[in-house]
Amino acid sequence: MHLMYFTEQPMSAYPEDEARKAGGISALMFSNEHFDPIEGSRLYNERIEEYLYAEEMGVDGIMLNEHHNAPFCMQSRINMYAGILAAMTKRVKIVLLGNPLPVSENPVQIAEEIAMVDMISKGRLVSGFVRGGGSEQFANNTNPAFNRERFEEAHDLIIKIWSEPGPFRWEGDHYQLRVVNPWALPLQKPHPRIWIPGVSSPETIIWAAEHRYPYICLNTTVQQTLDIWGIYDKAAASVGYQPGPENRGYLIRCHVADTEEKALKNGREFMWMLGEFTGLGHPVWFSPPGYSSPESRRRRAESQISRGADAFEAQLADNRIIAGTPDQVVAKLRIILEETRPSILALWGNDGKVDHADSMDCIRLMGQEVMPALREIGDDLGLNSPFDIDTPVSLAQTPSGELKPVAA
Amino acid sequence: MSTTATSFTDEMVEVGFGKVHLMKGGTGSPLVIFQDDLGSPGWLPFYEKLAQRFTVYVPSHPGFGKSERPAWMRNVRDLAIAHGWLLNVLGIDSTAVVGLGFGGWVAAEMATMGRRLINKMVLVGAVGVQPLDGEIVDQFLLSGEEYVKLCFHDAAKFEDLYGSETTVDQREYWELNREMAIRVAWKPSMFNQSLPHLLGCVDTPTLIVRGSEDRIVPPSCAQRYLDSLPNARLELIEGCGHCVDAEKPDELAQVITGFFTS
Repeated sequence: MHLMYFTEQPMSAYPEDEARKAGGISALMFSNEHFDPIEGSRLYNERIEEYLYAEEMGVDGIMLNEHHNAPFCMQSRINMYAGILAAMTKRVKIVLLGNPLPVSENPVQIAEEIAMVDMISKGRLVSGFVRGGGSEQFANNTNPAFNRERFEEAHDLIIKIWSEPGPFRWEGDHYQLRVVNPWALPLQKPHPRIWIPGVSSPETIIWAAEHRYPYICLNTTVQQTLDIWGIYDKAAASVGYQPGPENRGYLIRCHVADTEEKALKNGREFMWMLGEFTGLGHPVWFSPPGYSSPESRRRRAESQISRGADAFEAQLADNRIIAGTPDQVVAKLRIILEETRPSILALWGNDGKVDHADSMDCIRLMGQEVMPALREIGDDLGLNSPFDIDTPVSLAQTPSGELKPVAA
Repeated sequence: MSTTATSFTDEMVEVGFGKVHLMKGGTGSPLVIFQDDLGSPGWLPFYEKLAQRFTVYVPSHPGFGKSERPAWMRNVRDLAIAHGWLLNVLGIDSTAVVGLGFGGWVAAEMATMGRRLINKMVLVGAVGVQPLDGEIVDQFLLSGEEYVKLCFHDAAKFEDLYGSETTVDQREYWELNREMAIRVAWKPSMFNQSLPHLLGCVDTPTLIVRGSEDRIVPPSCAQRYLDSLPNARLELIEGCGHCVDAEKPDELAQVITGFFTS
């Protein structure tokens, strides 16, 4: 298995009630007057200590993400934090889930940054790509209607940069570049592994499967996860390979503490963002016109009510949030691993106002007690990661003789 | 919803870039209405009123309603040229034009492309020019229904047209139209920075109309049109929001008829 530590790096140093006073908004338009750079400085530096400690405690990877206008996530430049970790860590994989490609006006710069991180980390980078949520399109003023087209074109351009010598010219639908010839290329050949995180959009699942990129389910329910594997497996078969646990990843909110009481108290902090872990706002902000597929238009017209999470207790009951002592946590994660069989697992350990000391405790227990037990379970279940069995990094890098497409 | 069911035709017109949905009714010289970005729920009293004096053409913009979406289209100038192509197919070489809101922008762009096609035009609550004071509401931060409600000063008029509870079909229709609007008008948001400079070449007699209570487009847009067009005057409709055609159909039709027949 590949076992990662994750936190969304919340800017939690303001009274939670402020979001309620702002009309129940905790994303995009929630005023940055609540951002305190003094607290921000403290939090950024505590996070660095926590990541270094996670490496020391034995995690395999550190997962990073990126959001904008986001009190729930302080990382507005994923590659910047990745660069810091590349220099400060020695062993862990740095797993970017991921760079939001469409919001960039120049994907060559993304390719350069990723290559720099890969070289500085001496080849420890996993380069995930995302479309970016609806609110990211507003925050970066990127037309949501062309989000998927831009995602695919930016990806194709980056892969070409990593596969063919420059200089070349790129005249695409959304990106036109006179001279593509960046003098920073990845250390890993042919290129770093690419993993695709997501929550449900079938088009992205199919796209990931067709490229043979592992798909990482972000805190989906067991049933949603199994449905995603169904879509993925069918698309994989159509291009000629049989996916297994090495194509599957899963992120779950999971807080570990010495006592159940403390774990539950800190676990409740997963609800701090008005109950919604990527903030609460107008439904249109998360799915602006054109952002989602035409097929989903009817569904969006049927329901434009605001999101809102189920109660903490309900999420604990069906294992969407896990909080407990190491033994309790391992028992619950065993069930998830048995039911969903991912080889890549990210444990989202700390959120909200969980303090630095408790975050460090959580990381210690995770690295030293939970993850060793999970590795044994993973071995029993045959959950081999892409690193364990050295899978091809993409369909394009799979020897054609190994592919046996099955008609859909 | 209260639409008018008098005689009009409803057809799909084959233009080079795809099929365009067209409603047509009345007799007399041609009058083309370019719809706002809400589209239209049917043959409205406003169209019917004008159809008493003119042959009224109401095309859905490419990509709106039943009109096919040209995936390549990227801006409102593209849209205006496509409408010019439609008029060519329809055999219209000189026409009066009414542009409503977003459709006012389309009409203004078209007017800059040649002097002969539009003989007179009325721009009602038109977007398209950058306001020098205030901002055009960013509808994309709102749901379709919230935006449309904001277009009305009198909530009862909204209900007359769309009912006290909007249907899923109606919301889906707005969503479809908003998808095309966002494709062509996302950035800059609902205006073309070149347009005020180009309007100087448009000597087409133009009436600029705005509802006194328009919450979508600030007064400075109407003023900018007035300042940029050499042959324009302004008319204010009191007690009315952005959707003048829906809120004050009789008054607007009367003003337009007077302007076009003077």
